[in-house]
Amino acid sequence: MDVLRRSIIGTSLAVVAALGLSACGGGDDGGDSNTLRVTLVNHVWTENIKRALPEFEQQTGLKVEVTQLGEDQLSDQYNVKLNAGSSDIDVMMYRPLQEGKLFAKNGYLADLTEKAKGDAQFALDDFQAGPLQATTYEDKVVGIPIITEQEVLYYRKDLLEKAGYSAPPKTLDELKAAAAKIEAENPGIAGFVARTGKAAAVTQFSSFLFSYGGDFVDASGKAVINSEQAKQAYAFYGGLLREHGPENISTDMSWSEAMAIFTQGKAAFYTEANSLYKNATDPAKSKVSDTVGFAPFPAGPAGSKPYNIPSWALAINEASKNQANAWKFIQWAAGKEQALKQQKEGVPGARTSVWENPEGISTYPKDLADAISISTANGVGHDRPLVVKVAEAREIVGQPIVDAITGKDVAASADAANEAFQKLLDDEK
Amino acid sequence: MAVNPTTPTLEGDSAWSRWANHHRKWLFAAPAMTFVGALIVFPLAWTVYLSLTDAEGSVRAESEFVGFQNYLEVLSDTDRFWPAVARTVAFTGVALLFEVVLGMAIALLLWRPFKGERWVRVAILMPLVATPVAVGMMWRLIFDPNIGAANQILGWFGIGPQPWLAGQHSALPTTIFIDVWQWTPMVALILLAGLTSLSNEPDEAARVDGANAWQRFWHVTLPLLMPTVIVAILLRGIDALKTFDILYATKGRGGGSYHEVETLNVYAYGLSFDYNKYGISSTVLIIFFLIIIGSMWLLTSRNKKKDAQ
Repeated sequence: MDVLRRSIIGTSLAVVAALGLSACGGGDDGGDSNTLRVTLVNHVWTENIKRALPEFEQQTGLKVEVTQLGEDQLSDQYNVKLNAGSSDIDVMMYRPLQEGKLFAKNGYLADLTEKAKGDAQFALDDFQAGPLQATTYEDKVVGIPIITEQEVLYYRKDLLEKAGYSAPPKTLDELKAAAAKIEAENPGIAGFVARTGKAAAVTQFSSFLFSYGGDFVDASGKAVINSEQAKQAYAFYGGLLREHGPENISTDMSWSEAMAIFTQGKAAFYTEANSLYKNATDPAKSKVSDTVGFAPFPAGPAGSKPYNIPSWALAINEASKNQANAWKFIQWAAGKEQALKQQKEGVPGARTSVWENPEGISTYPKDLADAISISTANGVGHDRPLVVKVAEAREIVGQPIVDAITGKDVAASADAANEAFQKLLDDEK
Repeated sequence: MAVNPTTPTLEGDSAWSRWANHHRKWLFAAPAMTFVGALIVFPLAWTVYLSLTDAEGSVRAESEFVGFQNYLEVLSDTDRFWPAVARTVAFTGVALLFEVVLGMAIALLLWRPFKGERWVRVAILMPLVATPVAVGMMWRLIFDPNIGAANQILGWFGIGPQPWLAGQHSALPTTIFIDVWQWTPMVALILLAGLTSLSNEPDEAARVDGANAWQRFWHVTLPLLMPTVIVAILLRGIDALKTFDILYATKGRGGGSYHEVETLNVYAYGLSFDYNKYGISSTVLIIFFLIIIGSMWLLTSRNKKKDAQ
C-alpha cells in the first residue's frame, strides 16, 4: 500500500507543479482594463499628482495604481520590464535627456503624435519648443514634458551680508572671491558646494561649461570636451570645490548629499537645479530656510548660460494594452489645469501658458522667479551629451570633473576623456 | 481479483497509474527538476548564450553571435575588469580572515556558560539581523567626513578627520570593516554550534596532561572543529564574493567616481543596468561564476583530502 500512496502523491505533486507553472505564464490580462498602472518617480510633482488623483478617478471611473520609485530604481525597473516587453506598465514617467533616445530607439515608447495633435484642448503648441523637441524622436511625439529645470545659484543671504556683500555674485570670478572670503571668515563653513559624483555632477557642471563658451559636442558632431574653454571650465568647477568646498570632500555626492550640506548650514553657495528649491526653503527639511536666496547662474567669459531642460516627461509603454486610458491620464496630468496647479506648488512646468500667467509664479520666492525667467531666456537646451548611451557618456565626460576636484592634471584628463568620448560618438553613428 | 503481493495495483488498474508507477522515480523528482530547470538551468544557459552575442541596448533587439570575442575583450580589459577582480579577491580575502578569527574568538568566549549570557548573545547577533542596505546607509552617515560621528569621536582623541568612504584609498578598507562588522556574528554562530557539539573529553584529557589553554585550543579544539570552520568559510566566502548591497548602498553605482569599491558583481550590474551592454555583462558574470566555482572547489577538495587522511 505504501508504494501505491507514494505514486498518487507523486502524480498529484507533478500535476500541481505543472498547473502552477502554466498559471505563472499567463498572468497578464488582455484588452482595455479599468485599472491603469502608472510608474512615477519620487518628486514633488508626483506628490501633487497623487493628491489630485481622486478627482481623475471620479471623472473617468478608472482606478489608478501608482508605483513610485527613486530615480535609479526607476531606471532599473524600466530596464527589466521594458526589456521583457512587459505590459504591466501603462504610463511611465521618464527622463527625456537621460533615457529618451534609448527607449525610443528600442521601441518602448508609443507614438503619441496623433493623440496629442488631434486634441485642441490639450494644445500641444502650448508646450515650449525645446522640451517638446526632447520628447520627439524621428518626428514622432513619444513623450509629453511635464517638468523643466534650470540651474540657479542658491546662496545664504546672512553670510553674504556679514561679509559685506549687498548682492549675490554676478560672475563666476565674483563667486569664487566671495566663496573664499566667506570661508575664511566663518570657520567650519565651506564657501561653495555642488555635486561631485562623476556622473551626477555632469548636469550641474554643464552650465559652467556653457558659460565658459564650451560644450560637449560641437556643431559638426565632434567631441570637444578638451577644448581650451572646456579645460578652463573643468579646472574652475573642480578648483572651486577643492579650494573652497567642504573639507575631505567626497567624490560621490549627488544632489541629496550636496543639498544636505547646504541645508545644514555648512556652505555659503550652491549651484543646483531650481526644481529642488523646496528642499532648501522648507523649514522641515532645511536649517537655512529663512536665509536662503536665489540668483541667476553667474556669468562666465561667455556670459551666463545655464541649462534649461525638460527633466521629466510622461510616456505610454508601447506594450501596454491599455493605451487609450493611458492617454486619458496624460491628458489630465499634463493638461493645462494640472500644469498650472503644479507650477503654483513650485514645480516648473513646460507649458508657455503657465509661465505667462502671473498666477503661475505667484508662489515662488521673488528672487527665484526672477532667476528662472532670466535662465529660460538665455538657457541651453541640454545638460548632458545628447547620445543614446547617456549613462556611459556621463561617466566619461565626468571624469575630468572628479580629477579636477582631487587635484589631478585636468588638461591630461580632459584629453583622455575626449578621446574616449569621441570613440563613443563614433560607435553610435 | 487476485492480488500479487509484490506489485500492488490500483483498483481498476488504469494505464495511467501503471505508467505512473513505472516512472515514479521521475514523477517524484519532477517538481524539484522543474524548479531547478526553470530557475537555475534556464537562466544560466541564457546567460551563457548572451555572453556569446553582442546584445546591447535592448535584449529584444537583434544581436549577432560573436563567439568568444566578448571573452577576449573582457579578459584583456585592464581598465575595469582586472582591477574589479583584484578588489573582489581583496575584499573577500581580508573580510573572511577577520571574520573567521574574530568569529572564533567570540565563539570561544560564548562557549562556556556565564551570567548574562543570553543578553550578550542577543547583542552580538544584532548586526546579523539588520538588512545590509540599512546597514550601508547607517555607516555612510557615521563615516561622513564632515557631519559623521566617526570623525567626531576621533576628534576627542585629537586625531584629525579621516575621509573614510570618501577617500580614494580608504573606501575599500572601510567597506571591508562594515562587512566584518555585519557578518562576524554569523561566523561566530556557526562556530559556536560546532563547539557545543564537541565532546569535553579530549579537552579534559589534555588538561590532565598539563596542556595550557592555548595548547588545548590549537592542538585539540581547533582540529576537532576544522570541518565546521570549513563550512563557515565556504558559506561566508561565497556570500562575500557576491557582496553587492553594502557596496551599492555606501558608494553607489560603479563603486564610486574612481570605481574604488567596484567588485565583479558591481561591475556586471553597471554593465547591464547603466550601459545596457548585456553581452559583455553576461560574459563577466559567467567568468565570475567560474571563479566562484573554482575557489569553492579548491576549498572543498582540500577538505576532502584531509578527511581521507
